[in-house]
Amino acid sequence: MNLDSKIPEGIVAEKWTKHKFNLKLVNPANKRKYEVIVVGTGLAGASAAASLGELGYNVKAFCFQDSPRRAHSIAAQGGINAAKNYQNDGDSIYRLFYDTVKGGDYRAREGNVYRLAESSVSIIDQCVAQGVPFAREYGGLLANRSFGGAQVSRTFYARGQTGQQLLLGAYGALNRQIANGKVKMYNRTEMLDLVVVDGKAKGIITRNLITGKVEAHSADAVLLCTGGYGNVFYLSTNAKGSNVTAAWRAHKKGALFGNPCFTQIHPTCIPVTGTHQSKLTLMSESLRNDGRVWVPKKAMPGLKSKDAAAIPESERDYFLERKYPSFGNLVPRDVASRNAKQVCDEGRGVGSGLAVFLDFSDAINRDGEDTIRAKYGNLFDMYAQITGENPYKGPMMIYPAVHYTMGGLWVDYNLQTTVPGLYALGEANFSDHGANRLGASALMQGLADGYFVIPYTLGDYLATIGWNDKVSTDHPAFQEAISAVNDRMNKLINIKGKKTVDDFHRQLGLTMWEYCGMSRSEEGLKKAKKIIQDIKAEFWTNVNVLGGASELNQELEKAGRVADFIELGELMVDDALNRTESCGGHFREESQTPEGEALRKDDEFAYVAAWEFKGENQPEALHKEELKFENVKLTQRSYK
Amino acid sequence: MKITLKVWRQKNKDAKGEFKTYEHNHVSADMSFLEMLDVLNEELTKKNEEPIAFDHDCREGICGMCSLYINGHPHGPLQTTTCQLHMRSFQDGETITIEPWRAKAFPVVRDLVVDRTAFDRIQQAGAYVNVNTGGVPDANEIPISKKIADEAFDAASCIGCGACVAACKNASAMLFVGAKVSQFALLPQGKVERKERVEKMVAQMDAEGFGSCTNTYACEAECPKGIKIANIARMNREYFGAMISSYQIESGGGGD
Repeated sequence: MNLDSKIPEGIVAEKWTKHKFNLKLVNPANKRKYEVIVVGTGLAGASAAASLGELGYNVKAFCFQDSPRRAHSIAAQGGINAAKNYQNDGDSIYRLFYDTVKGGDYRAREGNVYRLAESSVSIIDQCVAQGVPFAREYGGLLANRSFGGAQVSRTFYARGQTGQQLLLGAYGALNRQIANGKVKMYNRTEMLDLVVVDGKAKGIITRNLITGKVEAHSADAVLLCTGGYGNVFYLSTNAKGSNVTAAWRAHKKGALFGNPCFTQIHPTCIPVTGTHQSKLTLMSESLRNDGRVWVPKKAMPGLKSKDAAAIPESERDYFLERKYPSFGNLVPRDVASRNAKQVCDEGRGVGSGLAVFLDFSDAINRDGEDTIRAKYGNLFDMYAQITGENPYKGPMMIYPAVHYTMGGLWVDYNLQTTVPGLYALGEANFSDHGANRLGASALMQGLADGYFVIPYTLGDYLATIGWNDKVSTDHPAFQEAISAVNDRMNKLINIKGKKTVDDFHRQLGLTMWEYCGMSRSEEGLKKAKKIIQDIKAEFWTNVNVLGGASELNQELEKAGRVADFIELGELMVDDALNRTESCGGHFREESQTPEGEALRKDDEFAYVAAWEFKGENQPEALHKEELKFENVKLTQRSYK
Repeated sequence: MKITLKVWRQKNKDAKGEFKTYEHNHVSADMSFLEMLDVLNEELTKKNEEPIAFDHDCREGICGMCSLYINGHPHGPLQTTTCQLHMRSFQDGETITIEPWRAKAFPVVRDLVVDRTAFDRIQQAGAYVNVNTGGVPDANEIPISKKIADEAFDAASCIGCGACVAACKNASAMLFVGAKVSQFALLPQGKVERKERVEKMVAQMDAEGFGSCTNTYACEAECPKGIKIANIARMNREYFGAMISSYQIESGGGGD
């Protein structure tokens, strides 16, 4: 298979403008003759559905939540990057582009990243016009902050609830199109399969989560905006419902999966308290602007926050400031996470042993409690709520947790997967963040894809196929897909085994975290592969799913999702095994510098690993898309 | 901890519901309220009893999906979402009663799950600025005073959970609608359509069967996000203003 990224030739800054001109247009009067399916209503999905509706396409949008406004984009805290250079501190589109390629450890496409940086500027304008209440200065203009290792202040924010405000803006735009009749919204409806006819995506199979009714929907194109797959680890900062099912079903119908092992572990999460733990809560990494990360120099097992103040400065190890004097506590997420794991592995963790301190006492002494409260009040409240401890009085305890997945469905420059007519937007695709995503760039990508990329690129495909290329849901392909979906659900219900769905999910999650988490080795990965195969075999013979398929059945929903996570887990392990270099969030123990930092192997691995499904229980086939760097010079990342 | 739970069980929207009692002996103070229910559900599944259906998603207090009317309070005893409520807020040996949101406009779907799509329809009636993607002015073109921006943000931080409706003896949605109306009425971007917006949203709110506000302030007391009752006053002002100078008259050449 030839993976054509369709990156236009020419100077990077002119690629997108040139490409937009070369894309075919659909006449305004003809747009109403097309139907487009959008799955997922987070930032990417809501913005895409709204923008396509505005253009005149007929859109059907789907979400599994009870309202499109609840998609997990809503939980993003810190902010959104944009190369506005409002602060006059040297930012530019080129700098944001450069930082993103470098931050992604040179495993992203230059062309895509430049377009992302270029679009970032329009996103802020759009959101303000929608009434998104960004933070402002006293003069009435927009405020910015520096975020996650950036040397410029380019992050726009709405207190610690930026994702919420951006999503509500996109949800408003979506509502407007629902009211105009251009978008038909299906709440509490889950996509369970993709329908491909003559090699083109022509529709989906869904299940109404209230009635259990399985239905077919046909369309001229299908957009998957279904987010990431962090919940493969069971514990993550994702919402409980976040899942890989739509993307995985598409993968099994022919869409290649790009860089599945690239996952991001976020350094500032609230530590685990026990086996009942159902999810992990992230504290925005903006906290690292004022908080200092430390552990005792000598192991002090069980050290509590309230006793931290008694530890003299000379006995504290501010390990990030010590090892990375120029970036200090603001090193990228992967570096901060790995170092936290390292000090805990050395036995110097605090609390349960799997935690480090994030200390605000210097900032509070310097700026006063009120200033800190104004900046981070809601985060401090959240911390107090969850842990029962007052972070104004003693340091917070934090530990890394799975947060984001850079991998996803392989897409070309048009966001089209390897199945014509099937697109993937936002976190669901693999494209823009390489091996590591910078802070405040996820919101940017979701909205860039939905507002400013797909409205152009989708038109080109639709104009090419024409409006008469329709397939009715009576077509055998739809009927077969419906039967397959029903058969699978009936199979799950009839196993009547002894273990709960969560038993399997927890076991899978622990395996992934242990062997395919912050640090990976050949030995561990091979072990994990075997364990996952065993989990899969046992799942299909010993899971217990009560209730029926034609009613609201939350266990059945979970069972289908966990079955897909198990298969994805194995592919992630295969991908991690194949990539014997360390890059970004993927740290292979066999590939490190003498100082213990990640060592890339650009001559061997400057490619996207795209995996092709070859049949049940068959090894997947690896395809490589070579990455070309014409503007950014590849260097070993150093934050020293 | 050991607790006794009295939980509303209802097979579907047409079935008759009832309270069922469960003894729960495996509770720790660090568990969130929803994790306590997760553990119970796993125990029920292992006994081949159907688990309790309840809504939840982000579990970090922002998506607004979790609900639960706990011991007579939406989201329980603290002013927070149910997912952010922990068992340390309860006593060992306590009996806890869990019901779904009770309101005509929020019909029960199953057990503790209710249908809140009425909130979506109210927002579809006008909770947005009529702008298309692209072609908008630069973000810094219109300065907005920090005070106004902060006030708009406070209103916009509503998570749409419906606790205000559940708390109100009239099942009124005025706090929710008032918050959304306020956000747009405060910001210059929303001012252009303020009259039409408030008229349409209030009309939809009434059509959904929500009750009227009789100023008991229960909504403000229970709102997990601290949305202020002042938003209701602002909505009323906006509504009166719109009604005495209807936008239709204004578009005919008169108005203010």
